[in-house]
Amino acid sequence: MAARTIPLAIVFFFGVLMSIQFYIPHPVSQRLYEMVLDWMNGVSAAAIILAVGSLVKHHWRKISRRENVVYSGVTLVSFFGMAFLGLFVSIAEDSLFQTLFANVQVPLQATMFSLLAFYMASAAYRAFRARNLEATLLLLAAFVLMIGIIPIGYLIHPKFADFAQWVLNVPNMAAKRGIMIGVGLGMIATSVKIILGIERNWLGG
Amino acid sequence: MHLSTDPWVWVAAILSLFIFSFLYKDNPLYKFAEHLLVGISAGYYLALYWHNGMYPNIIAHVKAGNLWYLFPLFLGLLYFAIFVPKFAYLIRWPIAFLLGAGSGIAIPATFQASIYKQLEGTLLNPLASYPSPLALFNALLIFLGVLLVLSYFFFSREHKGVLGVTSRVGIWILMIGFGASFGYTVMARVSLLIGRLHFLLGTWLGLLRF
Amino acid sequence: MNQLLYKLTHLNRQTIYGILALGIILPLLFPLRLPEHVSPPVQRLYDYIESLPEGSAILLSVDFGPDVLPETYPMFLAVLRHAMFRNIKVIGICLNPAGIGLGLEGIQKVAKELHKEYGKDYVYLGFKPNLGATMLGLGEDVHKVFPTDYYGTPIDSLPMFKNIRNYNDIALVVSFSGASHPALWVGYANARYGQQIAAGVTGVMAADYYPYLQTGQFVGMLAGMKGAAEYEYLVEKLLHQAGLNTPPPFAIRGMDAISVAHVLIMLFVIIGNIGYFVERKRRESGR
Repeated sequence: MAARTIPLAIVFFFGVLMSIQFYIPHPVSQRLYEMVLDWMNGVSAAAIILAVGSLVKHHWRKISRRENVVYSGVTLVSFFGMAFLGLFVSIAEDSLFQTLFANVQVPLQATMFSLLAFYMASAAYRAFRARNLEATLLLLAAFVLMIGIIPIGYLIHPKFADFAQWVLNVPNMAAKRGIMIGVGLGMIATSVKIILGIERNWLGG
Repeated sequence: MHLSTDPWVWVAAILSLFIFSFLYKDNPLYKFAEHLLVGISAGYYLALYWHNGMYPNIIAHVKAGNLWYLFPLFLGLLYFAIFVPKFAYLIRWPIAFLLGAGSGIAIPATFQASIYKQLEGTLLNPLASYPSPLALFNALLIFLGVLLVLSYFFFSREHKGVLGVTSRVGIWILMIGFGASFGYTVMARVSLLIGRLHFLLGTWLGLLRF
Repeated sequence: MNQLLYKLTHLNRQTIYGILALGIILPLLFPLRLPEHVSPPVQRLYDYIESLPEGSAILLSVDFGPDVLPETYPMFLAVLRHAMFRNIKVIGICLNPAGIGLGLEGIQKVAKELHKEYGKDYVYLGFKPNLGATMLGLGEDVHKVFPTDYYGTPIDSLPMFKNIRNYNDIALVVSFSGASHPALWVGYANARYGQQIAAGVTGVMAADYYPYLQTGQFVGMLAGMKGAAEYEYLVEKLLHQAGLNTPPPFAIRGMDAISVAHVLIMLFVIIGNIGYFVERKRRESGR
């Protein structure tokens, strides 16, 4: 009962409460609504425990099995060090915590994502083929955009930039709107299925 | 060339080069930087979620005597059950709360923003926001385009006959949309590289003139 | 000719990486100074902020992290400069934990440039983890969602918040994001409370948000480094007209490198396709 029935009851109760609350302007309903929103911020924050718990367990297990000891050690030492600084020392602007964020985490994360530019150039060379009509349309639209949004497009012809803007505002917008409506209907259907307990994949095994 | 004298700039630059070394091949310097990023990010997020989420939204209220907040405190503590295999199933309770409340607030929001307003924009107000001499042509194209794209996503019937034709044209319109996204994505990815090179050439090596 | 064609269509990946890197480094070292042309979505946001009376409040939501920094940070700074120059009060919040420090650094940098006072002209409230709850909560009472600012000061004690309670007192929310935060702002803040929303988004998401522009759910939109460059150009013009200096424009300079990189990527695609079709024809005639 505790493993499945109570969670399903919690989902149903809060799902119905928060969806019908939208239509009930009574002060009690409003107070309850504000309180639940506050609770959501607190409980969402506590979910970090799951993430760091999994991370620590995974790397601790690796160290116990003598696999990748150095690298797992780096992860755990940096995690515990940063957590200690943030929880027990200071998170003020001029603290070591913020200095490490700005000079270690920010450059590492930014550089990691900047590698994508190289992979994209390589993929453009090796994989983007105009094999059929659909792929050709995709590539042509991409070329129009890529020239139209850079200053060179405007220098080639002022109308080129306007044409790129037309592609964005008309056919692209129609495509994205169709996707948005479809996704919106799917999201509502999935939300209703979760609230009613029909969709139970989130319960896991 | 004016090399930076700030040691932290050198730390940032060297770590960036460790990551860039992956372009040649996987190597210990890259692995070290990658594992350092994972550890530091996890520690950073833990501290911030405590100071900005758990403490002000739960602990502070309980300390002030508001007993209603014992419920989210209880739910938050249940996350620790992941460390005890026999009781690990209890993490489903706080997940259920967030899923239920989140789904509840999402239903009217999604209907209003993604369905009602979009249908309104297609049927009732298609000439808005993009003044053009071709406004009527654009409006018809948008209306037809949305219908054709939606016909492609209708999988309850086989795409044959009229539906086959409309879904085929819908795919063409989708391809134009994906091409537009790809064009912008190229700019996005290149921008990220520009940012790093700007830091290395400008802030670290002092080579950029302004 | 055949050998040249073969070499061109069989470059190894390190060569491609090298060509791309050079294509970006050279315009950064030797700027091309290509002229900027402002697109309608950017102009709409600029005109909207221009139309706000002095003393209005806008909320800037730092919904990005270091992974999309070069695209979103310059547009964040440009909008900040515009708002602060026009004496519009700025409320900074953060809905991406990796963006807290970035938002604080940006807001303080621009406030110092334009001599603005914390608590009176701008406030930074910090981070909240649950997006929907925060966006909806701000529509009820900002003071309940953020009882203290980033520094721990009760916001009731800050002069700026004497007359700011909820969205009714906020003229515009601008979300700077590399993910779906702007869509959530529309769904929660605009749909329920009628709050005006604008977005500064990365290139990856930009094309997806055009439906919101058409319906008016977005007042305006800055798309990627291009949008940032256009806004930097407009704000630079405004500040220079007032006799003020502006720092070197990162995004405008970046557009030179993007222009070269786009041409290179298109050449890669064309050369790759030439190789593919030549190879296909050879295989078909060989059968």
